[in-house]
Amino acid sequence: MPLLQPLGRLILSFFEIVGRLSIFASTAISHCFRPPFYPKLILKQMIEVGYYSLPVVGLTAIFTGMVLALQSYTGFARFSAESAIPNVVIVSITRELGPVLAGLMVAGRVGAAMAAEIGTMRVTEQIDALYTLATNPFKYLIAPRVIAGVLTLPILVLVADTIGVFGGYLVSVHKLGFNPATYLKNTIDFMEYLDVVSGLVKAAAFGFIITLMGCYHGFHSKGGAQGVGSATTNAVVSASILILTFNYIITELFFSR
Amino acid sequence: MTDQHDVTNKAVRIRIRGLSKAFGKKIVLDNLDLDIHEGESLVVIGGSGTGKSVLLKCVLGLLKPDSGSIQIDGQEIVGLNGSVMESVRRKFGMLFQYAALFDSLTIWENVAFGLIQAHGMPREDAHKIAIEKLSEVGLGERFATKNPAELSSGMKKRVGLARAIATSPETLFFDEPTTGLDPVMGDVIDRLIVQSVKELDATALTITHDMDSAKRISDRIAMLYQGKIAWIGPTENLETTDNPYIHQFINGLLEGPIKVSVTNTDRAAE
Repeated sequence: MPLLQPLGRLILSFFEIVGRLSIFASTAISHCFRPPFYPKLILKQMIEVGYYSLPVVGLTAIFTGMVLALQSYTGFARFSAESAIPNVVIVSITRELGPVLAGLMVAGRVGAAMAAEIGTMRVTEQIDALYTLATNPFKYLIAPRVIAGVLTLPILVLVADTIGVFGGYLVSVHKLGFNPATYLKNTIDFMEYLDVVSGLVKAAAFGFIITLMGCYHGFHSKGGAQGVGSATTNAVVSASILILTFNYIITELFFSR
Repeated sequence: MTDQHDVTNKAVRIRIRGLSKAFGKKIVLDNLDLDIHEGESLVVIGGSGTGKSVLLKCVLGLLKPDSGSIQIDGQEIVGLNGSVMESVRRKFGMLFQYAALFDSLTIWENVAFGLIQAHGMPREDAHKIAIEKLSEVGLGERFATKNPAELSSGMKKRVGLARAIATSPETLFFDEPTTGLDPVMGDVIDRLIVQSVKELDATALTITHDMDSAKRISDRIAMLYQGKIAWIGPTENLETTDNPYIHQFINGLLEGPIKVSVTNTDRAAE
């Protein structure tokens, strides 16, 4: 009995969280498609999510591409398979590393910022003020962020893919002695439409997850500064776990035979 | 417990019947009845944790009561949501305890927020009204483009008041309007509240535990204790009533019917 009670409590609280999150997500989605719309707020959030994340995503992508080329070379050289490096780089970056690493970086930067901003608005009664001013916070705060996340992450991942492949090119050509033209030709030959599309679909899903988690945890934060701190941590942790989980699910959908 | 008062001949704007709200085992509002008449300023007083804020949030539709009825101009608002509740809230103006100004907007945008978002007014027109309202609360145009973080607490309260009255609402709500202010600034805010309520011919519901402020801004005062109205009457009767709750509260006495937790044992027993 003493063992079953905490287990039962844990299971119940898990389903409670899933239920709350599902209701929050469905409400947020429904407000994305119902007027009034706030194009200026959406644009502002797109700049916040996309433009200001470019440096961190770009740096992550270029070093990932460089390391990928270097590691692949040290492994493939044993089997005289160095020529497969462009293939490995383009497939790894477009299918997995571009969207996942960009998603995790944006979760840390944007998800945390959203949770902190909305959480502060919650504990300082600014969200209550929105209600009393006859403005639905889901329309004014949540929907613009979710729309911006879903639209911007794919663009950000396209940029990350390009920079990541360029990182692989830099190491392969300038350090490992590959012929530039051959490397580029192989990269283009090995690039598949489905690989890029699957990465972009993942990016859109990750954009939704990041913004939803940031907004959800911020919206439900309570208890002052400590509550906002917890909301920020929870937003980043839950978004990161969900990104990795949905990465597997989307990979299954696209590539399982 | 109820003294005679002279506002009952006016129509009731806010009618509360059998309102109950509990958080877990803690009963905050217990079958509460209250009428607020058109054009009157009612102040609800009571100690910390007696449910004043919960009452206000229930009337504003920010909290859902467990049971009971709240009618605004005869319209039941318990259970309303979405656009119907928003249309009810368009008649409201609210000054929050710490002003609750939007950090991301300038002062004039804060004041004009309701006009632009809820009433669909063009920004240029809303800007003009915002400047007028800021001037009414004693803030010049030079403050219009500042951010809330650049203002003192008293100035924030004034901006909050300007925002509350910007849409010329029929009903105004004030949550602890003088909390955190020095006595002089508290007096200034009270005078502005009285002036705004008169000019708009609005109904006002205020919650506070500042007795000086309560006397200055109210036509009637209601005292909340253990989730019920322990006394209600005209402000001028406050000093003369023999109600033991009022006597203890306004004189700040430890002995009396109001039980106050002063020891750790008491707190643990709660």
